[in-house]
Amino acid sequence: MTQISNFIIPAIIVIMILHGIFKGVNVFNEFTDGAKEGFKIVLNILPSLIALIFSIELIKASGGLDTLCSLLSPVSSFLGIPKEVTPLTILSPISGSGSLGMFESILKDHSPDSFIGRCASVMMGSTETTFYTMTVYYGSVGIKKSRHTLPSALCADFTSFILSPKIVKLFFHQ
Amino acid sequence: MNYIWPLIIVFSFICAVFNGNMGSLSTAVIDSGAVAVSLAIKLLGIVCLWNGLIKIAEKSGLTKAIAKVLSPILKLLFPKLKDDEARQLISMNITANILGLDNAATPLGLKAMSRLSKLNNYSTTADDNMVRFVVINTASLHLISTTVAMLRNEYGSKSPTEIIVPALITSAISLSCGILMTTILKKVFK
Repeated sequence: MTQISNFIIPAIIVIMILHGIFKGVNVFNEFTDGAKEGFKIVLNILPSLIALIFSIELIKASGGLDTLCSLLSPVSSFLGIPKEVTPLTILSPISGSGSLGMFESILKDHSPDSFIGRCASVMMGSTETTFYTMTVYYGSVGIKKSRHTLPSALCADFTSFILSPKIVKLFFHQ
Repeated sequence: MNYIWPLIIVFSFICAVFNGNMGSLSTAVIDSGAVAVSLAIKLLGIVCLWNGLIKIAEKSGLTKAIAKVLSPILKLLFPKLKDDEARQLISMNITANILGLDNAATPLGLKAMSRLSKLNNYSTTADDNMVRFVVINTASLHLISTTVAMLRNEYGSKSPTEIIVPALITSAISLSCGILMTTILKKVFK
């Protein structure tokens, strides 16, 4: 598993470059030309990235996340989400590294093959960090009005949260 | 974001008062800038690298070939998008997402965004294509959740990959919900 995933990125890069050479492209020149554009993109993202990271670091340091979790636990238990997994539902839309850390601690405290471990795994495998993705994508092109992006994206996240325990139950008869 | 962002900050402050975490809160204020900048530097390297590689793939016709393979999916997701370059870049981003190559998917997605922005006359309001594209990227399209399987293996799972199919079904359903919502809500948010 690890070996395949280690293999895949370098292999794709080599294929891209060899294909370029085969088609008579000046690969080095084209590469540097393209790479130049990266600066502008990242420079555009930086202000909104700082704003987002600032608020995430604050809510983590203040203990606000734990407060939010305990506030939401009645809702999540109503939806059949184990209370150990609830923090993951709050973290995963806002912080990639945060939810990964939370996922690891769930795996450590409960076996990966337990109901809780499987629920958390399915959740992790089916969601992305919504706020980060939105910030980076819209920040890069200076979008200020994102219209219905956030409600739609959060709806997708929410679906995966309520579906995960049910799918696990169905698949593993737990 | 104009409502959520101040809400998070004020909420954090109030929590810090009640939890007595003001010390760590003020440390976080100082540290967050450094966290964001180091993230941006990491991003800068990856974005430049993939922007360079995609340029080669554009010249060699590789992106065109991939876009051709994915064109039925694209026709379904972006029926109104006729621009070839945008379609090619979106195809590359979706391919990277499906293969679980996060590091490649983001730069390719950003390049697609800049093309979509050009087509939208650099407006500061997102158009329907952008919304749908971003929603697709906020949901997970991974065929194989490599990170999850690797971590499960690390913590002693008997079968680390057993969650791949359930996760795939879950993401397919949640992604469809997200896409459905973009269709329903686009009339509401003009």
